[in-house]
Amino acid sequence: MTGLAFWRRRRPVPPGGRRLLVPFTNGELDPVVLRAAIRISKVWDATLVPAYLIVTPLGFNLDSPMQAQVAQAVPLLEAVEHAGLRAGLPVDARIETGRSATHALQRLWEAERFDRIVVPAPTVRGHGFTPKELQWILMHAPYETMILRPDPELDEERRAAYSLEAVAG
Amino acid sequence: MARGHYRILVGMAAGVGKTYRMLLEGRQAQDQGIDVVIGYLEPHDRPETAVLSEGLEVVPRLRTAHGELEFEEMDVDAVVRRAPQLALVDELAHTNARGMRHEKRYQDIADVLDAGVDVISTVNVQHLESLNDAIFELTGVRVRETFPDRILDEADEVVLVDLSPEELQERLRAGKVYPRERAAVALENFFKQENLAALRELVLREVAEDVEARRQPSALEPLSKQAVAERILALIEPQSKSQRILRRAWRSAQRLGAEIDSLWVRPRGYEPTAEEAIQLAALRRLASVLGIHFLEEDGDDLVEAVGRVAGERGSTYVFVGTPDERRRVEILRGSLLSRMVRELPGLDIRVVADRALREEHGL
Repeated sequence: MTGLAFWRRRRPVPPGGRRLLVPFTNGELDPVVLRAAIRISKVWDATLVPAYLIVTPLGFNLDSPMQAQVAQAVPLLEAVEHAGLRAGLPVDARIETGRSATHALQRLWEAERFDRIVVPAPTVRGHGFTPKELQWILMHAPYETMILRPDPELDEERRAAYSLEAVAG
Repeated sequence: MARGHYRILVGMAAGVGKTYRMLLEGRQAQDQGIDVVIGYLEPHDRPETAVLSEGLEVVPRLRTAHGELEFEEMDVDAVVRRAPQLALVDELAHTNARGMRHEKRYQDIADVLDAGVDVISTVNVQHLESLNDAIFELTGVRVRETFPDRILDEADEVVLVDLSPEELQERLRAGKVYPRERAAVALENFFKQENLAALRELVLREVAEDVEARRQPSALEPLSKQAVAERILALIEPQSKSQRILRRAWRSAQRLGAEIDSLWVRPRGYEPTAEEAIQLAALRRLASVLGIHFLEEDGDDLVEAVGRVAGERGSTYVFVGTPDERRRVEILRGSLLSRMVRELPGLDIRVVADRALREEHGL
């Protein structure tokens, strides 16, 4: 009976369920943005899709192995995945490559369906998408798009308390 | 008759000195008493190569005309009849004029090799078929004259003729590659510094991979390979949760210094749904970026297929997701994991947990 109960408790996300895409790049997803994305996903009852965008230099094929960037992306995605799961959300992480962050994003939404996109705005430390990229996303994204700006007043000490590990639980 | 020895001189672009090197090697061979002929030399009008070709016998070319245009190609039959020990044949990716026996020069070279004649030939990396898209992205130039990658694989030797981008640009400016008026245009287009740097990187990688490929089979037999290296086989399905299996396998591979293969065992005759096709494409892309070999095998028995592939690839670890089996199937056929443990002796098996279950159970 334990086995049966075990299987019943699994609630796989239906393939047609809502999906919230949270793209990020440059080795960091601002924890404030992540918290907000998790809250939004919960409210919308959506699967959280964190996507790390890798910029492939011109000298390489688009699908070339990118060991150094992957080494940044994989642990970060796992931390985000963990944070989402602890909040009770289904998480479906992605890594995508492109000649630029926006090209990678375009490749991602051309290949898969999403319902909404949450994009981190630039932070004081230079992470997040640039204003030019944000403008491009707003003009070209085929989905409803939200740009989240981390609290500009948040000082380093408070930001440390919001670190990804803290969010992850 | 034993096939001739095939040596290919490969460079990043025109002007690095491939033809010069080919002629130099031809002259050195001749000085050692070897019977050498020039099967075909591209008429680049470069004084250095013209001087070097003096004293080497040239097999007359075959002439053909199309309308008012006249073409000259290598006369394969004449080279074979002449039966030298070594033939020098420039530009293996060249497309022959219509009416020749073969469409491409590398096919002519194959005939010469089959006749037992050794061949030294030249080519630029941009002609390699598998790099065609990359070259187009890099330079904006779609190279029409390509040759299959297997030509490099089948050659006995692939030798890099290298020059720094700065040196090549200097040679262009000095008019040593093209006439000066043409060189100026070339320097602003295909021969830009960034293009040459990228092309050089491509050719260096290509030759390095060739060296690696040649080293492995002779140095390590499959059994000894198993003994010295870990190799992970990650079992996937066309579902998004398999992305996590690939990422977990990648992390473990970093610690183990292991190569990774991923395997989808497709039931015979099964056609993936549209959703599965999307997931498969996403998995393929992820596998590429992580440097994972993506394998697909047809089979109705997962464990049997895994055993076969693990044997062929020398796998030491199998990564599998949390099985989603029905209890009834488990009772009737035995659980998948039990079968794997029983039927894949000598393989470590690791189950990649579904984190969502952990949260559900409050762990």
